[in-house]
Amino acid sequence: MTGRLPVKKTYKLFIGGAFPRSESGRTYEAEGQNVASASRKDARDAVKAARAAQPGWAKATAYNRGQVLYRLAEMIEARAGEFAELCSGREEVERSIDRIVWYAGWTDKLAQVIGGSNPVAGPYFNFTVPEPTGVVAVLAPDEPALLGLVTRVVPPLVGGNAVVAVASELRPLAAVELAEAVATSDVPGGVVNILTGRRGDVAPTLASHMDVNAIDLCGANGVSTELEELAADNVKRVVRGRADVQSPWEIADFLELKTVWHPIGQ
Amino acid sequence: MTDLQPIPDDWTYAPAPESREIVTLQPRYGHFVGGEWLEPSETYETLAPRDEEPLAVVGQATEEDVDRAVGAARDAFANGWSTLPGSERAKYLFRIARILQERAREFAVLESLNGGKPIKESRDVDLPLAAAHFFYYAGWADKLEYAFPNRQPRAVGVAGQIIPWNFPLLMLSWKIAPALACGNTVVLKPAETTPLTALLFCDVLRQAELPPGVVNIVTGDGRTGAALVEHDGVDKIAFTGSTDVGKAIQRRLAGTGKKLTLELGGKAANVVFDDCALDQAVEGIVNGIYFNQGHVCCAGSRLFVQESIYEPLVEKLKQRLTTLRVGDPLDKNTDVGAINSRMQLEKIEELVASGREEGADIYQPPCRLPEKGYWFAPTVFTNVAQSYRIAQEEIFGPVLSVLTFRTPEEAVEKANNTPYGLSAGVWTEKGSRILWMAQRLRAGVVWANTFNRFDPTSPFGGYKESGFGREGGLHGLEPYLEFDA
Repeated sequence: MTGRLPVKKTYKLFIGGAFPRSESGRTYEAEGQNVASASRKDARDAVKAARAAQPGWAKATAYNRGQVLYRLAEMIEARAGEFAELCSGREEVERSIDRIVWYAGWTDKLAQVIGGSNPVAGPYFNFTVPEPTGVVAVLAPDEPALLGLVTRVVPPLVGGNAVVAVASELRPLAAVELAEAVATSDVPGGVVNILTGRRGDVAPTLASHMDVNAIDLCGANGVSTELEELAADNVKRVVRGRADVQSPWEIADFLELKTVWHPIGQ
Repeated sequence: MTDLQPIPDDWTYAPAPESREIVTLQPRYGHFVGGEWLEPSETYETLAPRDEEPLAVVGQATEEDVDRAVGAARDAFANGWSTLPGSERAKYLFRIARILQERAREFAVLESLNGGKPIKESRDVDLPLAAAHFFYYAGWADKLEYAFPNRQPRAVGVAGQIIPWNFPLLMLSWKIAPALACGNTVVLKPAETTPLTALLFCDVLRQAELPPGVVNIVTGDGRTGAALVEHDGVDKIAFTGSTDVGKAIQRRLAGTGKKLTLELGGKAANVVFDDCALDQAVEGIVNGIYFNQGHVCCAGSRLFVQESIYEPLVEKLKQRLTTLRVGDPLDKNTDVGAINSRMQLEKIEELVASGREEGADIYQPPCRLPEKGYWFAPTVFTNVAQSYRIAQEEIFGPVLSVLTFRTPEEAVEKANNTPYGLSAGVWTEKGSRILWMAQRLRAGVVWANTFNRFDPTSPFGGYKESGFGREGGLHGLEPYLEFDA
């Protein structure tokens, strides 16, 4: 017995910028590791953290949000090797990084593409601006483990939402690695929360939660009668996201449009 | 506070009734399906809320009737409408806009007769806006690829549309104009109590020579709406109405993948700062809550007044209320018309009773309400706590709850303390504060130093439980399109 014994990682949840175990004390085995198995209470805690963090993230300037998301891309690039071992490989990591950089550039361009001024027939100045929907629950797809999570989590962040994401159930390690990159990237604590575990344990809690404003059903294969029925309790925006897609309309799915009127006069 | 003056005798206006001769009603209407009138198997009577006069017998559409209407819409979509060049679709919509302008008076009189709203509102607001909506969306029909670059927009198919009774023809135009501009065909259900302008609109379609089946209109109550929502042949549902029904529709469509837009209830905050132009603010408050008897989803039903101007503002408001003329909707002097239905009147009475019981102070100006029909005097509640039902629930009547605040932060906190998020108002002469407030109010429409303004170019729709999707403007096209990218 020679050489050094490596220090193994404990795979935990990511809630409010911290890495707690599940309050239930449960884990499940995935990819050969014991991974935290989030409970309904963990899901509620994550929503609470997201709600607390969301106004600050929305209030940050679009320029600032863009830089923070770009920083996230930098953090993934810096540990690209580790990420590559936790997903399909180097190409998936590079596509994930490039996708984040692409979205980072959208933060300060959306309002001009999606909003604008409206030529009403009267003496009023009238304009429409996009605003974040609020707290977004994301059911990430099982595959691709990293790119799928990035594809679904980043668009709501661009517009100023806070996210509670449920990682790939089969391949959760890339999500835990992503949480560590998020934690070192200037994304404020609570803006991104990542739960690992059984999707069926937490998804109904998120779908029915009265303080969640939108839910992305990508990880439920885009459709779920049960979750959609629960989502109607507070008129949630239901998004049937795709696992590999890149467009500003993915951002728009998690935005509200606000129209402001003011009279014009002397 | 000084005593309020009674109404002076010389405020009595001579009656100025709009003639109803211009409207020729049929004694009985069927459903408009495939360009023809379908004889209804079940019927009911539609009334004039001002005196309960029966106006006509209309159909109560059954599942079979709805099925035929959807079939007609599907046929029209497949056989020509969806492949018609946008420029040709546009011309039909322009025609409809023009005919509505030409027949505006006829429609305005019928709207006031069947719905109870003052003729000056149906004449000056509903009709001009309805025509403008068709004119606006007509212009989009051949320009969709510029509205959605790189997305290859195409029609969804058959749209099922369910509209409320507060702006019957205007809501019809908000639904039908964008749907047709995008190449869809529609089955529209007007509200149970106000079917007549939608049925008269079928004659406009005849004059415009719109191909049969492109627009189908079925009348009836909630059962007809449910049949439309549940029909497999409908690709998209657009609903305007109560939040409870909206949630039921969202549940019903769960797992079907059908497109859905909801424009639901509201409990709008109208926030008045002490540096506002007080007289203008009072006019805005009155317009915000008494316009259309308060039967407005975006009505400014929660008034938040900065404490420092509470007394003078409330006094002015009460004084202003004494000058509102409540009465015959067809009288050109009338400011506040009839309540739309007995059911709605009972709902208003029940909520107002709860306000008294919970401890709020009620004020109603002295006014003589007609003996027949459905009437409710303009009402102001003061001494209202945020927890009272009258401060939480949508009353959908001429009832205002007055609350107070001290700081802008408190105003925002209280204004946003509701599951709804349709509209909000802010009154201040300070520009930076207007924008500060507008950023923080969680509502789809914010009126600053004005209230209840609408325009076809201006997107309208809710945050939170007030629904999702926008009507009006470029954004109002999206619910009626599918995209390849």
